[in-house]
Amino acid sequence: MTEIFLNPSMLNDFLATSLRLSMPLVFAALGGALCERCGVFNIALEGMILAGAFGAAVGAFFLDSPVAGLFGGILCGILAGLILATLCVSLGVNQIVVGIAINLFVVGLTAFLSRVVFGGHASTLNLPGFKPVAVPWLSSIPIIGSVVFTQDALVYLMYVLVPLFYVIIFFTRWGLSIRAVGENPAAADTAGISVTGIRYFCLLAGGALGSLGGCYLVLSQVCLFSEEMSAGKGWIALAAIALGRWNPIGVLLACLLFGACDALQLRLQFANPNVPYQIFVTLPYVAAILALVGVIGKVTPPGATGIPYKRGVSREQTII
Amino acid sequence: MLKLIRFIHLLKSLWAVLAALLVGSVLIWIAGSDPIQAYGALFHGAFFEYHGFATTLVKMSPMIFAGLAFSVTLRSGIFNIGLGGQIYIGALFTTVVALYAPEMPSWIHILLCALAGAIGGALWTLLPAILKAYYRLNELIITLLMNYVASNVVSYFVSGPMMEEGAPYPYSPEIPERLFLPFILPGTDAHIGALIAIIFAILIFALFQRTSFGFSLITVGHNLDAAQYAGMSVQRLILLCFMISGALAGLAGTFDILGLKYRLFHLFAGGYGFDGVVVAFLASANPLFIIIASMFLGGLRSGANVMQRVVGVETTVVEAIQGLVIIFVAISLRFSFDRTYWARVLSVRKEVRTKLAETKREATDS
Repeated sequence: MTEIFLNPSMLNDFLATSLRLSMPLVFAALGGALCERCGVFNIALEGMILAGAFGAAVGAFFLDSPVAGLFGGILCGILAGLILATLCVSLGVNQIVVGIAINLFVVGLTAFLSRVVFGGHASTLNLPGFKPVAVPWLSSIPIIGSVVFTQDALVYLMYVLVPLFYVIIFFTRWGLSIRAVGENPAAADTAGISVTGIRYFCLLAGGALGSLGGCYLVLSQVCLFSEEMSAGKGWIALAAIALGRWNPIGVLLACLLFGACDALQLRLQFANPNVPYQIFVTLPYVAAILALVGVIGKVTPPGATGIPYKRGVSREQTII
Repeated sequence: MLKLIRFIHLLKSLWAVLAALLVGSVLIWIAGSDPIQAYGALFHGAFFEYHGFATTLVKMSPMIFAGLAFSVTLRSGIFNIGLGGQIYIGALFTTVVALYAPEMPSWIHILLCALAGAIGGALWTLLPAILKAYYRLNELIITLLMNYVASNVVSYFVSGPMMEEGAPYPYSPEIPERLFLPFILPGTDAHIGALIAIIFAILIFALFQRTSFGFSLITVGHNLDAAQYAGMSVQRLILLCFMISGALAGLAGTFDILGLKYRLFHLFAGGYGFDGVVVAFLASANPLFIIIASMFLGGLRSGANVMQRVVGVETTVVEAIQGLVIIFVAISLRFSFDRTYWARVLSVRKEVRTKLAETKREATDS
């Protein structure tokens, strides 16, 4: 057991697996954090991951290139974001209801379309994927180097997105507007910021980010599509957002933690064939639950999260 | 005229369903079949064929229970989307009691199985319930994550301590035959679970309409602080509401085991939890409408096989239609009659009428 951490090559392997498993979570959680920053509770992340995975599979299947897959995935994610935005922002429907609706809608639609498009062979596809590329110099740093700098294009994209997100949210006018809309839309509106515009932008961008999680699953991990392949990752990402306190760097660390849990459980499964594997499989989910319980009372989401905004209406009741 | 507009608004779930079926017909057309023929086969197979209708009844039973479970919490503004997990644990408890309880009259044994299922489901809600009631933690994520834990718990039991010896893949031994639920349509799978579910729907309807508990739930849902101020024990209400919801979900598992599956296996109830969510939304959380909504959705499920046989459309199109239904139901929530121009017209008209009556009465009095 302790061998994992003492033996350099095993440690290297473990860290690489952790990073790989946390990537879908990171993208999804960044997307979710952006949505919550602007005041929309995005529980449709699970659906966005799945939509992205499906789009990626279709794009890569027909155009035979991972880049086309990436575009297909992002397009589907943006569409999911558009549904969320239309229903939550323009129509002011309860965000939780819409989120659940989108998740179920995407599960049903992708299950059907994958049968139509791939003719029932979706899980035996061998799609073109992104190949790891080693960054010269940096990848020769001991232990960490090969883990962090021998990755594929999507991981490098993530290295860019996290700091970019951080800078935009905390150090630009735009970021200030987004945060203002999320904390107090009425005040932001008074200051001349378009609440609807900002929320639409954030939800579409959030959808695109969420779908990148699905793209990574398909284009970098398994190179096939299977129904409900998101397997609760969107929900773990939601837990990571709360644990990371809506801060991109915190969110990244939280996702890495959950990814490490997942990698650890895989190792434990192989190391302990006598212990029922189900005990280990639940580890990431249990970790996410514990994380949520652990942050009780210590974190608060942006003030207006979950409340639709309408000019001149103080607080609209949208419970059924 | 105005009454007609109000009536149209009341039927909004129906419009949502029709819109979903309309978009669904586009999907069927994409898949290369004739939508009218496909729907014809589907609904004929689901409602106008003896065996098809029996299958509809079979699919209805867990949907009604899950739908009731979701609507009990929805009424107080709680989203218990962990129904799937509660169904698994309920079924696990049921199977344990069915297999290992000492010899006893079979009707007592069946009751005990149901009780165990309800207790199992209720216990599985305990963690999110306590966190929600005492720490106001959002229940969504936790209840959902617990689904994955529950399905693995069941997987562990059926591939370990409860696995039948020599079975080719993990499942539990079959429950004793004297516990099989009686059938309501001879020669089919339609077991009495559907009737019991309908009885439960009526009971829950009475609970909502006729008891102070039902009223308290709405109050908690609309304004937690007001409920507290009115002297309601909000924490206890939330706990109780979660427990009832979990117990109903557990019963969905119970009747599926006792009436249909007769043994427990991994992922035996895939999708039941979310079927309940769809049904509850479609019925606007009204227990009586849940019966109708479940019949519709159960019909879609049972008719899908007929449709595949006759016109060759994948059965998964039903999943897509189900997804469309819930999207359109979400959209229809926006269009409640009370918010429209017409509602104002109606209320103004009523006001004028009462004023007129008053002046008339004053005139006759003097």
